[in-house]
Amino acid sequence: MFWQEEIEVISREELQRIQLYSLQETIRRLYYNVPFYNQKFRDVNLKPDDIKSLEDIQRLPFTTRDDLRENYPYGLLAVPREKIVRLHTSSGTTGKPKAIFFTKKDIDQSAELIARCLIMTGVKSDDILQNMMTYGLFTGALVMHYGAEKVGILVIPAGPGNTERQIALMQDFGSTCLHLTPSYALYLAEVMDSKGIVPQRDLSLRRAYLGAEPYSEETRIKLENMLGIDIYNSYGLSEMNGPGVAFECKYKDGMHIWEDNFLIEVLDPDTDEPVPEGQEGEIVLTTLKREGMPLLRYRTKDIAKIIPDTCRCGRTHKRISRIFGRVDDMFIVRGVNIFPQQIERVLMGIKGVAQNYQIHLEAYDKMTVKVEIEQDFFDGNIEKLLALKSRITEKLKSEILVTPQVELLEPGTLPISEGKAQRVIDNRNL
Amino acid sequence: MAKIREIAVFAENKPGKIEKITGVLAREGINILAITIASTNGFGIIKLIVDKTELAYQKLKESGLTVSLNEVLAIAMKDRPGQIHDIALVFSKNGINMENAYVLVEETRKQAYLIVQVKDIERAKKLLEKENLKFYDE
Ligand SMILES: [Zn+2]
Repeated sequence: MFWQEEIEVISREELQRIQLYSLQETIRRLYYNVPFYNQKFRDVNLKPDDIKSLEDIQRLPFTTRDDLRENYPYGLLAVPREKIVRLHTSSGTTGKPKAIFFTKKDIDQSAELIARCLIMTGVKSDDILQNMMTYGLFTGALVMHYGAEKVGILVIPAGPGNTERQIALMQDFGSTCLHLTPSYALYLAEVMDSKGIVPQRDLSLRRAYLGAEPYSEETRIKLENMLGIDIYNSYGLSEMNGPGVAFECKYKDGMHIWEDNFLIEVLDPDTDEPVPEGQEGEIVLTTLKREGMPLLRYRTKDIAKIIPDTCRCGRTHKRISRIFGRVDDMFIVRGVNIFPQQIERVLMGIKGVAQNYQIHLEAYDKMTVKVEIEQDFFDGNIEKLLALKSRITEKLKSEILVTPQVELLEPGTLPISEGKAQRVIDNRNL
Repeated sequence: MAKIREIAVFAENKPGKIEKITGVLAREGINILAITIASTNGFGIIKLIVDKTELAYQKLKESGLTVSLNEVLAIAMKDRPGQIHDIALVFSKNGINMENAYVLVEETRKQAYLIVQVKDIERAKKLLEKENLKFYDE
């Protein structure tokens, strides 16, 4: 089943022709409407007319998350502010988030892509989607919501958390599809198990869409067995609309990336040169249809590879593998992007906290921040330490929007470290 | 009025902390006169009164522990029922909050003291001296 069959099975030649046309059109709009891009083009002495083939994209400048931050809030709009109808944000390494804007057309287009994804996995008009991603500034839930409504199925905007209520909703309304993070899916499956709920017997679930966090094939199989459903991998990032950039078809062998909307490059993160097809590299994406805030060669920092060969489902859009990792040290908790630098900045602003810290990620929802106290801060007063602990918890919560457990440690307890490996200890086994 | 000082040691909820402290003190021939452990969700504080306070403080610090030295009130207790209650009454009458309290028994076992931590020790001393309470004499 297809949502937009003619474009989903389009010939590669025709697809590339559309891509080139859309790329040239995007470049013209950026050149004339966005001073930031205009300057970038001037810096490398390029005019829109110089882009004559898809390969010419390699001559174009990159866009990084720092560029998004520096142009915060409205700097990257390619249309008048009045044409923007929705704002989403995504966290950045420093205080300011990244702002992503949608025009009416952008919202409609992102919903079309989700509709393609859902139909691709076999969704029919009687399906009921329980959307367990976070509604709000993050893109995860709303973009999926609009796409499911476009398909015309019933959407339950459950949001994350409150697992008992989630299960009750499934029981009461007969939800058939779930949209959630893999860590929450594991937690949900455990809770069902402990309550003696057998999904195959007691619920109507058919499939789940797991995204926003990287996870392994083993986790997929484990969850499919526990829940008795099909699980489809979903890839997206706020800067590129959110979910629906790439999605698995029923063969579950890589995610089709909608190439009429996104031009994908896989680059060696060190040399910025393209890697041969099938090799791992950083995913770099260019929006081809976006109106409000087109982005050129956006460095996603996600490491994946393109799966060569065409898919048995007949779709001609290339497939990407699951995400193997990140070029940077971002990690994701409850579908929320978090950078260790955000945590560091909060901690360093609190009196009594020493230099060193560590972030431990356990099962769903459990994030422990281990903090060393300063030698001189300690005066034997337990109330003072408790107050420090709650101050750290509150400040972290308002920065990262996830409430961590805070553990106070003696100075000198944690290994002195730099970089992600030792700062973030991920025991989630996703 | 003589003062008495208490050593406080920060302790994560990790086994072995007390052994480490007592080990250091035993090696230096320091006697523990009183010990109390306040623990909360996640961490705790071990408080000690010892016979060689300054030496104990230095040695514990050298061993890598997070230590602080604080002045506390040591109020002589009479050997009769309701004594702690009587002292508590004096405190509340004077508007002094007992933040932490435990009992220390003299080595000769003749006299017991109530060790009390308060926020403003100078103010507390001034008020309590008027109340006919006796203090530890170092
Ligand atoms: Zn396919």
